[in-house]
Amino acid sequence: MVSRTGSPTPAPDPVAAAGPGSGWVPSPLQRERIAYRGRQTRRSLLVAAASTAAVGGVLAAVTVNAPGWPRVRESFLSYDMARRALPDLLAGFWLNIRVFSVSAVLILALSLLIALMRTLRGPVFWPLRAVAVVYVDVFRGIPLLLVLYLVGFGLPGLRLQGIPTDTVVLGIIALTLSYSAYVAEVFRAGIESVHPSQRAAARSLGLSAGQTMRLVVLPQAVRNVVPPLLNDLVSLTKDSGLISVLGIPLDVIRYAQIAQMGRANFTPYVVAGLLFMLLTVPMTRFTDAVSRRYGYLPAGGHL
Amino acid sequence: MTRRDPRPSAGGPLLRVRGVRKVFGRNVVLDGLDLDVDAHQVVVLIGASGSGKSTLLRCVDLLETVDDGVIELSGQDITDPRADADAVRSRIGIVFQSFNLFPHLSVLDNVTLAPRRVHRVPRERAETRALELLDRVGLRHKAGARPDELSGGQQQRVAIARSLVNDPELMLFDEVTSALDPELVGEVLDLVRDLKSDGMTMVVATHEMGFARQVADRVCFLDGGRVLEQGPPEQVLGDPEQERTRRFLRRIIDAGRL
Repeated sequence: MVSRTGSPTPAPDPVAAAGPGSGWVPSPLQRERIAYRGRQTRRSLLVAAASTAAVGGVLAAVTVNAPGWPRVRESFLSYDMARRALPDLLAGFWLNIRVFSVSAVLILALSLLIALMRTLRGPVFWPLRAVAVVYVDVFRGIPLLLVLYLVGFGLPGLRLQGIPTDTVVLGIIALTLSYSAYVAEVFRAGIESVHPSQRAAARSLGLSAGQTMRLVVLPQAVRNVVPPLLNDLVSLTKDSGLISVLGIPLDVIRYAQIAQMGRANFTPYVVAGLLFMLLTVPMTRFTDAVSRRYGYLPAGGHL
Repeated sequence: MTRRDPRPSAGGPLLRVRGVRKVFGRNVVLDGLDLDVDAHQVVVLIGASGSGKSTLLRCVDLLETVDDGVIELSGQDITDPRADADAVRSRIGIVFQSFNLFPHLSVLDNVTLAPRRVHRVPRERAETRALELLDRVGLRHKAGARPDELSGGQQQRVAIARSLVNDPELMLFDEVTSALDPELVGEVLDLVRDLKSDGMTMVVATHEMGFARQVADRVCFLDGGRVLEQGPPEQVLGDPEQERTRRFLRRIIDAGRL
């Protein structure tokens, strides 16, 4: 279980914790200990606050007193510039969000499929396993930008019936192809992290191989890989903008680039960066909260 | 609890193992092993670590594929590759040394998983039956708990309830107390004794010699991948014929386990 040592919250009132009528009163020794721990907690809070303020103050002072600070402030942190660029930046960011949301769903589905294909056993499934291995090798090996060009310009170039020509759709396809290779490996690691004894237990109850995977292995596997999964999704929010290399429409970074042109002012980039953080930081906190909510200790790894 | 009668098997043993061989790499674990278990009989397997007790149980439950030989359950050759392995497994219950409860499911869901998903029993009926079984192992009040909130002994009792839920014809116990603290061993062994008095057919691998003496109809000493000696517990544990059996028991006595 989680150790309580080092917990920042002060210990609950011991008399109340013992419950009414239990008749237990902490010994003088225990009272002494509680008082000591309380003093220690207050002291460490004070030290933390003081040292944070000191380091922050020094960094701020050094930056503000630097000889080039007025110029830097004007070209990176211009309020005026930020206000003027914001509507365009928000329009661009909306595209990022839409591309991100659609690709994230497609990536999770495709990568899970590939990971499952790779874990299939038996000679019948050799072709499927081979497809999964080759897929991961190819799309993890090719830079994302290249996949974007190949899909964005190559696919429509074939002039086949039914191939989409919308750059957003093509961009989403390229992102999905590239990212699924990485995420499939994350899922595979998760599936392999579930101890074989869990499969044995499930099979011994008469569950089929498919049921064992779906009801016993995958729920544990997914939970084990939530942090690396989130890592890839956060990375995707930023790469979602790369689709503007295909031309229109423009994402937030391209808008920032346009706003910056001719004025040598980089404030729009800083604003774009803040927008991304507004998306990714809550995402991380949310997933952390979900993992805590569904937290359990994984099955023992012995035998 | 009412126990389903084993399927009619023309008077033969419920479990019949003939010439079973199992090899891991170059390590021959089972070397032409023979074993018969009649209905309602309790057979205890003893032997040193690596003598093949666990492997034999895993082969019987088709968790391992035998490399030669035949295993028959109620006269049906279950080692035949054409046999429906999932169906065979749900006729046999196995309890593992390391409990192997599903950590992401509640105690109740652990027990109802197989009936609901394999036998398509409606949730309500599966839960009524599961609560009966949990009641029987004394853990009805823990139905909503997660496995990691239970002690080792409680987890093992849930695992036993879970393996009973399919109404198995045969129960296999693979050193079910080896991972438990000494004071928790009793509650699990009491449950096995209970099952014996219900007439359950059981094969039990154990290092608890006192328990073996009480519960066994027959004790089999495994050595070198075969049953080297078998007979009533008083004889095998008290006055063994084979020198190897005597040496094994002496080591156990020296370790204070008898």
